[in-house]
Amino acid sequence: MCSNSRKLNFGLAINEAIHQMMEADESVFLIGQGVKSPWYVGNTCNGLVQRFGEDRVIDTPVSENAITGAAVGASIAGMKAIVVHPRVDFVLYAFDPIINQAANWYYMNGGKASVPVVFWLIVNRGGEQAAQHSQALHSMFAHVPGLKVVAPSTPYDAKGLLISSILDENPVVFIDDRWLYRSQAEVPEKAYQIPIGKGIIRNEGSAVTLVSFSYMALESQKAVDELKQQGIDVEFIDLRTIKPLDTELIFESVKKTGKLVIADGSWKTGSVAGEISALVSENIFEYLKAPVKRVCLPDLPAPASASLESVYYKTKDDIIKAIKEIL
Amino acid sequence: MMLRIRMCEESLVDPILKGEIRCPVHLYSGQEAVATGIGAALEQKDFIFGNHRSHGHYLAKGGDMAAMVAEIYGKETGCSRGRGGSMHLIAPENGVMGIVPIVSGTISLALGAALSIKIKKEDKVTVSFFGDGATGEGVLYESLNFAALKKLPIIFACENNLYSTHLPINEIRTNRNIFNIANPFEIETFRVDGNNVLEVYETAKKAVEHCRNGKGPVFIEFLTYRFRGHVGPDDNIQGSHTDIRPKEEIEAWLKRDPLILFKAYLTENNISTGSDLELIHQQVETEVIAANDFAKNSPKPDKEDLCNYVFK
Repeated sequence: MCSNSRKLNFGLAINEAIHQMMEADESVFLIGQGVKSPWYVGNTCNGLVQRFGEDRVIDTPVSENAITGAAVGASIAGMKAIVVHPRVDFVLYAFDPIINQAANWYYMNGGKASVPVVFWLIVNRGGEQAAQHSQALHSMFAHVPGLKVVAPSTPYDAKGLLISSILDENPVVFIDDRWLYRSQAEVPEKAYQIPIGKGIIRNEGSAVTLVSFSYMALESQKAVDELKQQGIDVEFIDLRTIKPLDTELIFESVKKTGKLVIADGSWKTGSVAGEISALVSENIFEYLKAPVKRVCLPDLPAPASASLESVYYKTKDDIIKAIKEIL
Repeated sequence: MMLRIRMCEESLVDPILKGEIRCPVHLYSGQEAVATGIGAALEQKDFIFGNHRSHGHYLAKGGDMAAMVAEIYGKETGCSRGRGGSMHLIAPENGVMGIVPIVSGTISLALGAALSIKIKKEDKVTVSFFGDGATGEGVLYESLNFAALKKLPIIFACENNLYSTHLPINEIRTNRNIFNIANPFEIETFRVDGNNVLEVYETAKKAVEHCRNGKGPVFIEFLTYRFRGHVGPDDNIQGSHTDIRPKEEIEAWLKRDPLILFKAYLTENNISTGSDLELIHQQVETEVIAANDFAKNSPKPDKEDLCNYVFK
């Protein structure tokens, strides 16, 4: 019997974080479309309504704008809301409460009131779901001052980062990915935090720095493992948070390797990958021995047909190819 | 209170025209009875959320006048430390929870504050102030539905001043009966003369009672009129000093000035004498002058503090 070796899948890690935070603090509540339905949110909300009641676990009409605004307003009034959008695409109706209101609130009110809200958004890519059920919009949120944006790739980080997001006094966009829900890993039973703004080196190496986050971190790990067998040591950083970026960790690694590949699960133009590339060339250009490579989605909407999806979505093979181009 | 709002608003006209006040200012002159009547029906613990034209709401809910004027002047001593300006006033200690200029932007925030009251089982009420222009926004209808569904303690206070920025109401709606929009949601609805402060107060009191008794939301349409331009003192097109509104319409509404109406009521019913009112006038004038002096003499935010207050 060793509780440390207990494994949870990604969804249940999130579920445990919500259970523990709602138990610890009565001001925490969950609101959003489908929180009563595994069809929308998988196993992430198991047992919540039964345990905490419908006053604090609120399934809603399809009113993304008002419901997201209500989460923001409740957080202004002293609650800590988690508002979930089971498809990131739906949140486009709610940019006003997220960007105009929550992100600006603390600044435009001169520090008189902050908004401790979590916007939990699930990227729902693949499965022939096409353009309006597959978009990864993390770069758009990362662009906005006043928002923190986290994007975990493991069950362990999902639990710790969700807890940190709930405890944070500021609005946090917690983005995960449907494809991460397949993963399973050790997750401690106790509540713990992963600091927002801190990446982690998943693999030490000297040949090239590979930076990734969220689902593309899983593809990156596969690429790292495969290259290791070929004798290529990749230093792999999983960012875990994309705003604020852990630039120090990236810079230290690139200073060592002189080469950088970034794997970002969204479109190339205006991407987090582009931002990292710019930061590196602005600050440590003299260390670069090769052009920075970006593995991103092509600048086009997600297709439906599996044959098109297979070339649209990037995999470990694309990452390996990019790395080999600059080795 | 109506006089405080009016005199404070009018004290801003000169500084705006002289360029001493630079941020966009949407004066509340003419609509004082609405904020005053509702403010009087609320307690300090209750919440309000406002819009671009919310100086009156802020003052009527207990916000500090000097801190407001300083904010409008962009000063560090302002209620938002000079980071917000006229359109971002706040006084959480008095329940002024947030004021923003995005049309309908705070309706859902007020909805959330009402939701928090319900979850915490508190004895509070939230008021959402918006104008006739906000009836074109989808989030209003989403919020009406959710408030009714969850029986939230929220008063939807629509100040219909007949103009959505430059557009008369006939150009944004097929009819003027805004109060009807809440009916399909089975929400208790009222329409009152927004220039009659006693009528506003009586209706607001009923609405507050309704909310406090757990009976759910209330929608009130207040018929009123702004005496100044959409933004700034005079007009809808800055600098031309003309008004797009018909002269006769403005003159008719000036005769229905809420302050004149209330003064007449006080005098006719022998509630106040001329000398009482003169004394009040002097007191308010002193306060308004002091608020303006405080604002003018306060420091601007330090340039080195640009990056403060992004995150807590």
